[in-house]
Amino acid sequence: MSILLDNTTRVIVQGITGREGQFHTRNMKTAGTNIVGGVTPGKGGTIVEDAPVFDTVAEAKAATGANATCIFVPPAGAADAIMEAASAGIELIVCITEGIPVIDMTRAMLVVREHGARLIGPNCPGMCTPGQGKIGIIPYQIFKPGPVGFISRSGTLTYEVVALLTEAGIGQSTCIGIGGDPIIGSTFTDYLKLFEADAGTKAVVMCGEIGGSDEEDAAEYIKTMSKPVVTFISGRTAPPGKRMGHAGAIISGNTGTAQGKVAALQAAKVPVADTIFDIPDLAEEALARVS
Amino acid sequence: MKIHEYQAKEILAHFGVPIQPGRVAYTPEEAEAIARELGGPVVIKAQVYVGGRGKAGGIQFGDTPEQARTAAAKVLGMDIKGLTVEKVLVVSKLDIKEEYYLGIILDRKSQAPVVMVSKEGGIDIEEVAASTPEKIIQQPIDMHWGLRPFEARDILARAGLPHQVIAKGGTILAALARAFIESDASLAEINPLALTADGQVQAADAKILLDDNGLFRQKEYAAWAESEESNPLEFEAKQAGLTYVKLDGNVGIIGNGAGLVMTTLDMVARVGGKPANFLDIGGGAKAEVMRKALTFVARDPQVKGILVNIFGGITRGEEVAKGVILAQADLPKGMPIVVRLSGTGAEEGRAMLKDAGLDWGKDMRDAAQKIVAAINSKG
Repeated sequence: MSILLDNTTRVIVQGITGREGQFHTRNMKTAGTNIVGGVTPGKGGTIVEDAPVFDTVAEAKAATGANATCIFVPPAGAADAIMEAASAGIELIVCITEGIPVIDMTRAMLVVREHGARLIGPNCPGMCTPGQGKIGIIPYQIFKPGPVGFISRSGTLTYEVVALLTEAGIGQSTCIGIGGDPIIGSTFTDYLKLFEADAGTKAVVMCGEIGGSDEEDAAEYIKTMSKPVVTFISGRTAPPGKRMGHAGAIISGNTGTAQGKVAALQAAKVPVADTIFDIPDLAEEALARVS
Repeated sequence: MKIHEYQAKEILAHFGVPIQPGRVAYTPEEAEAIARELGGPVVIKAQVYVGGRGKAGGIQFGDTPEQARTAAAKVLGMDIKGLTVEKVLVVSKLDIKEEYYLGIILDRKSQAPVVMVSKEGGIDIEEVAASTPEKIIQQPIDMHWGLRPFEARDILARAGLPHQVIAKGGTILAALARAFIESDASLAEINPLALTADGQVQAADAKILLDDNGLFRQKEYAAWAESEESNPLEFEAKQAGLTYVKLDGNVGIIGNGAGLVMTTLDMVARVGGKPANFLDIGGGAKAEVMRKALTFVARDPQVKGILVNIFGGITRGEEVAKGVILAQADLPKGMPIVVRLSGTGAEEGRAMLKDAGLDWGKDMRDAAQKIVAAINSKG
């Protein structure tokens, strides 16, 4: 079991003819993903990695029955690509693109909400359901199927922590990089709700970072969950007012500090790992508690 | 991206917000000439990228052109929170009767720009928001429409602004919203919005932050980027396409991916070291980028050693190792470097480092301990 993605999900790739799009389409197929087509305006009728290419998402959906998309469109057109996917009725939209103007995202979110689509990202590595497939750029070799759900705001930190879990023999149900931008399609709480309802997930690992209050909100929700959640917060040494790589990783005034997030989680009795190396042990303990 | 008050006002004026006449001066003589042109009393305002200019003495008045010159001479060259004042804005002095606050910020929760208005201007909005939130009227902008004039007037009326300000103020608030949206801002403030003795409504001060992600289509504003004296390396890094943040310690840090680099900083601090910087080389970096990053980090005179932490995916270990080896020629002799490689090409990369006699860590913690020990042993 898993959330959002399994081997029956029918995935298209927007921006499939680009260098990144093509490279990662091949990797996604290797990981078992059911890639049914691609979209690049003007390249309709061609074939990339055995997948038929269409000019529009609407055409791709009509021809292939796609219900998910992976977006590799450059920043200037990425919000439009999200809106196109949502308008065409695609249910799951994963947007990898980094650098989308935030004002474009405020408009794209209106369309996503109006069509009831689920957006993961933008500025994210995507997601993986081990043994079933992946949407995005996460190296699938590091995964192992199992009972732990994984969510993180960062890409390479996800790889790092998932590799530690796998090394410790702890498998994953579904892993999601939720995105490093100030405006993202789904929050930690959104995914925690899905994991709470998923029979294949027994515990969740959540890696947050400075900026915003998504982790604080999640702490409130975790109080109501039946499944244990283990957390880690990065950016304890980050100074206020500086954007730490991710557009969303910035401490403004007194809000968004690592200390504030750790305090909120601890107040909700959620274990917070001191370093990433403590995460596997905490996950192990969490699993022991539920079984 | 930060911009100066005079630049923020230029944007606002473009969208129809009334501002005081005036210009920027770089010398006391220029300030005097501008004051003469304007006629009447003027205000001399330091143009630096920090708040609290008034308290620091960065805002002075002059009733005559001569006084304007003296005031400008006082402000130019002044140090405000570590920044030297290099230019001043010279504007006609307003006879202010009342001051209000108009602001728009990007709000993560409502996923929209949010308008904030307070009857009490000239204040620190964060302070008011924290202590007396009831004094601020907040409303998200519906991005289907933008902020329509009737909504703007409604917000001002609810904030308790006087009748004579509602019409003019409403036009200004709607213009502020258009400026925010169309110039890709992440914050836009008019603080204070002034009601003058003769009934005019004007932006007496303005602050705008621009969204870096929108600069590709705001070429005119992007050209305004200038170095903050306190952070010349950060400015240069940005121009070179590197994501670099200067910190106070002595351990230079380079990694791929923002979250991983942040975690590496935390790890270095955890094992007793002090991070000197944050540098994210991004995904898929080639040897030349790695070399450039190392050379760049080493230019900070506080850096006594460098930790490179790479989790290879689309970034390949061999490329990283090659870059580190190439950079040896550019780095100060004997500067310790510890590299931690994992993922794609890690084995090959480690072998190359070993051949070149360079140190590597088996994981992030081991590498952090090694670099901190190497720096400490050198005293």
